[in-house]
Amino acid sequence: MCLALPVKVVEVGPGDAAVVDLGGVRKQISLALLDGVQVGDYVILHVGYALSRLDPEEAQKTLALFSELDQSRLAA
Amino acid sequence: MKYIDEFRDGAVAQGIAANIAAAVEPQRRYSFMEFCGGHTHAISRYGLSDLLPPNVRMVHGPGCPVCVLPIGRVDLAINLALSRDVILCTYGDTLRVPASNGLSLMKAKARGGDIRMVYSTLDALQVARDNPQREVVFFAIGFETTTPPTALAIQQAQQEQLANFSVLCCHVLTPAAITQILESPEVRQWGTVPIDGFIGPAHVSTVIGSQPYEFFAEEYRKPVVIAGFEPLDVMQAILMLVRQVNEGRAEVENEFARAVTREGNLKAQDRVAEVFELRREFEWRGLGIVPYSALQIRERYAAFDAERRFDLVYASVSDNKACECGAILRGVKRPQDCKIFGTVCTPENPIGSCMVSSEGACAAHYSYGRYKDMN
Amino acid sequence: MAEIKRGYVRALDLKNGRVDLTHGSGGRAMVQLISELFARHLGNEYLGQGNDGAVLPAPMLAGKPARLVMSTDSHVVSPLFFPGGDIGCLSVHGTVNDVAVMGATPLYLAAGFILEEGFALADLARIVESMAQAARAAGVPVVTGDTKVVERGKGDGVFITTTAVGVLPDGLELAGSRARRGDAVLVSGSIGDHGVAIMSQRENLSFDAPIVSDTAALNGLIAAMLATGADIRCLRDPTRGGLAATLNEIAAQSGVGMMLHEKAIPVKPVVAAACELLGLDPLNVANEGKLIAICAAADAPRLLAAMRNHPLGVAASVIGEVVTDAHHFVQLTTAFGGRRIVDWLASDQLPRIC
Repeated sequence: MCLALPVKVVEVGPGDAAVVDLGGVRKQISLALLDGVQVGDYVILHVGYALSRLDPEEAQKTLALFSELDQSRLAA
Repeated sequence: MKYIDEFRDGAVAQGIAANIAAAVEPQRRYSFMEFCGGHTHAISRYGLSDLLPPNVRMVHGPGCPVCVLPIGRVDLAINLALSRDVILCTYGDTLRVPASNGLSLMKAKARGGDIRMVYSTLDALQVARDNPQREVVFFAIGFETTTPPTALAIQQAQQEQLANFSVLCCHVLTPAAITQILESPEVRQWGTVPIDGFIGPAHVSTVIGSQPYEFFAEEYRKPVVIAGFEPLDVMQAILMLVRQVNEGRAEVENEFARAVTREGNLKAQDRVAEVFELRREFEWRGLGIVPYSALQIRERYAAFDAERRFDLVYASVSDNKACECGAILRGVKRPQDCKIFGTVCTPENPIGSCMVSSEGACAAHYSYGRYKDMN
Repeated sequence: MAEIKRGYVRALDLKNGRVDLTHGSGGRAMVQLISELFARHLGNEYLGQGNDGAVLPAPMLAGKPARLVMSTDSHVVSPLFFPGGDIGCLSVHGTVNDVAVMGATPLYLAAGFILEEGFALADLARIVESMAQAARAAGVPVVTGDTKVVERGKGDGVFITTTAVGVLPDGLELAGSRARRGDAVLVSGSIGDHGVAIMSQRENLSFDAPIVSDTAALNGLIAAMLATGADIRCLRDPTRGGLAATLNEIAAQSGVGMMLHEKAIPVKPVVAAACELLGLDPLNVANEGKLIAICAAADAPRLLAAMRNHPLGVAASVIGEVVTDAHHFVQLTTAFGGRRIVDWLASDQLPRIC
């Protein structure tokens, strides 16, 4: 139920309608809960609506964080 | 799949697991509650507990909207379908929740109730358009993630003057549930459920932002780390919680920074505020009656409120005596502590809602982890 | 005035005509439907006998009386036409496969149709043509059949039941109860294609590279596998419930457990993505042109090679092994490095999938 996925916006309009792509699968969704979404943006999709925009820079930072060695391991 | 696969990398998981193992203080025990059902599911599906040191324990919380839906609410929906001849549109997860008289929505459908599964409110609106001579009711459940789409549906219905569409609103609120847990005797007084920190919900937080959790961190001195849904997110969040506990901090940290900001989605929040207001109290399965924890439809949109339209009266119904869903939802018991887990109560024959929803602690443990109980 | 030929009967309007109740009533209209539509496409010497039952030669293999294998399946798939197939070819493939996985050579098919009043004859013709093509490709003729018509609203277009019989050589015993500790578990190709192809129709998903049903007759692939002489314990096709259901069935029947390896299970990336969007696990999704094989570990490489050599087995893979387990769990090591159970679902996530 809490199915929410990051998907790429490939078409915008008419109105709040949009088409998104996940791994080669396309789906029609609504952008009514967001403003200023553009083709190429990634959004979080939940029950047919985009809920939030995904920030690619933050995504990279998070991934980098995962690979950091914990201080205590460096000391050991 | 971008932004998904990278967050499921097994090799990186080993690295984070090593970090957690290095960070935990050997003589200390850590207990974290993951609030959100999606996180419960991820922990089971990826076997994350196997990657954690033995002194770190995850406690499952009540963040599964199907699990916390009391029997009485499902009864209202069933009644609408069977006795009031409405077309009842619902998300798939509620279909098998056991309700009164041995019924569930699925069984009511078999008895002739016109009950239709939808993936989105957009589908429900279309059913209403396609069937102008029938009453169509959308069974709206879910936390703050799912509420904005319902708000939009009601506004859309008003705009189109879709007179045959209404909503049975059972939307509930996350912060209220967290408070209820923190105020519960097991946590506050007896300490039988030690909780050292919370993994905050991912997608609820994209809507409400990270700010609402600051209250818990300050008032109850519990760290909160908001985590994304992917297994690496959850592991990193556990590491961040361990560090906070070690350093005596109680802050709100945001691991899901790629999608969550401090303010959240203001447009979505505004729409929700336009359409809904707080109920003074609402009964939750497992948590009892919780004040200011759920939403009802405002007077302005009364025409689309199924409770008003059909004069529905909520009747509280107790859970089956043997069912431990309540205790499990509060983290007081684990699924395997329930006497009927896996025997009388199974996914084929669920007694309680925790076994129905794929996010429920019992369903997750049964489907993915019960081999660990066997020897 | 032009001469009207004696015995002239106006032909069925296959373009705009519809099934009506007379087509099922056993009279001339039904005979016409059978001869102009069913027999025209499915025709063979047995069907041509035109009697209540087809008389078939005694079952023999290499000049000796052989054991018979029989199987039946009903088909209620919705929608009737889907990417990669339709209810017609599906009904042939499914039942042929059920006989073939027993190690038997499928010989004959029977087909029963329940038609809804008002069903377009053009669609019926498409379905029957597709069945005929599938039957020819598999080398298994439809030798007898039946047609009934129900009133509008009491059917769903068309339901088809097919029954197949085949002959089983002496000494060949493929059974779900024969899996033993140490055996290899193989799959003939990517999983989840059929279920996702159906679901995508219902959910209005579209694809860059279309997902099509994998519906296919497997008797050719199975013959190639048997010809290797590998010690195959069991073959089964993972239809409803997917790989998870089928492997759990076998584990329970054989009294064993299984350990699979997620990274080894072939799933097309676009099917994986569609499953994410639909909230499904590919392990639980129906397949209609794939099989699972359990064989003695030593024979796995040779069996795998034979499978990969066949057009329907190019993506074949060893996905795990049979282990001792008193609880008969099918488990899996995740790509993530953890372990979990592969359970069979309580209820079908995808109704009317096959």
